[in-house]
Amino acid sequence: MGTATPVDDETGLIAQLRAGDESAYEQVVRTYGGRLLAVTRRILDSEEDARDVVQDAFLNAFRNVDRFEGNSKLSTWLHRIAVNAALMKLRTRKRKPEQSIETLLPFFLDDGHHEERFRSWEEPVDIAMERAETRQLVRAKIDELPESYRTVLVLRDIEGLDTEETAKMLGLTANAAKIRLHRARQALRTLLAPHLAGPASAKAGETPGGKLS
Amino acid sequence: MRCRELAEFLMDYVSGELPAENREHFELHLTRCRNCREYLVQYEGCVKAGRMACDEQSDELPVDVPEDLVKAVLAARKLDPSS
Repeated sequence: MGTATPVDDETGLIAQLRAGDESAYEQVVRTYGGRLLAVTRRILDSEEDARDVVQDAFLNAFRNVDRFEGNSKLSTWLHRIAVNAALMKLRTRKRKPEQSIETLLPFFLDDGHHEERFRSWEEPVDIAMERAETRQLVRAKIDELPESYRTVLVLRDIEGLDTEETAKMLGLTANAAKIRLHRARQALRTLLAPHLAGPASAKAGETPGGKLS
Repeated sequence: MRCRELAEFLMDYVSGELPAENREHFELHLTRCRNCREYLVQYEGCVKAGRMACDEQSDELPVDVPEDLVKAVLAARKLDPSS
């Protein structure tokens, strides 16, 4: 494994890249490669594809370094190139049969009430997320989401794109992107809840769904 | 409004896009239904959790890059006629 070192002088590094300095290419790959790989792994569930995409992204960046205007940080620019490359890969590769998300969505009784009685989480999410193991759990559960839902959730809730941008990148209508995001969030909740819920006894004796609504 | 409709409107409610009339019904239901209040908390919690878990700056994301990937990128660059 290479070691990443912070880049204090981006301007100098970019000048070296433009000049074709071999050591500058290596420094960029070692500094940003790991983070880009984390990003592409999040979008693609194949390690091989994720690595191919990181490679494509670096080559693309090196070819176009003259176009890098310095308005954003080099890391932000590379990040965006990698996300685009990962989405391109998603669009062009052979589609795997998609797992259904239905079993991860809330189930309702005939009278419109939730079937499940939701147990409160043991602690506020901000507190739970202070632990590395919880953050790891959340990443693992995001990875379990069916691909077409995971990608929307990643672009909207993690990459911070808006609905229109997300829809455009994935070739969806805005409405389809919204529906998928909503389902992805609900599915993630279903996957996380058993791990974050407090003791079952805390709410014992209450009727599922509530009687007043 | 039933729990089923509330779940459908959840995303628009959270993002502040639910029209006023629906919002009134939504909030009225919430005041009466503890289960939906809990569902709302957890739904919002998941949005936050996703963001916090994948924070680029968080220390446990790998910043190290596999050595063979470094070598592959540098070798491919040398062979790339347009770079």
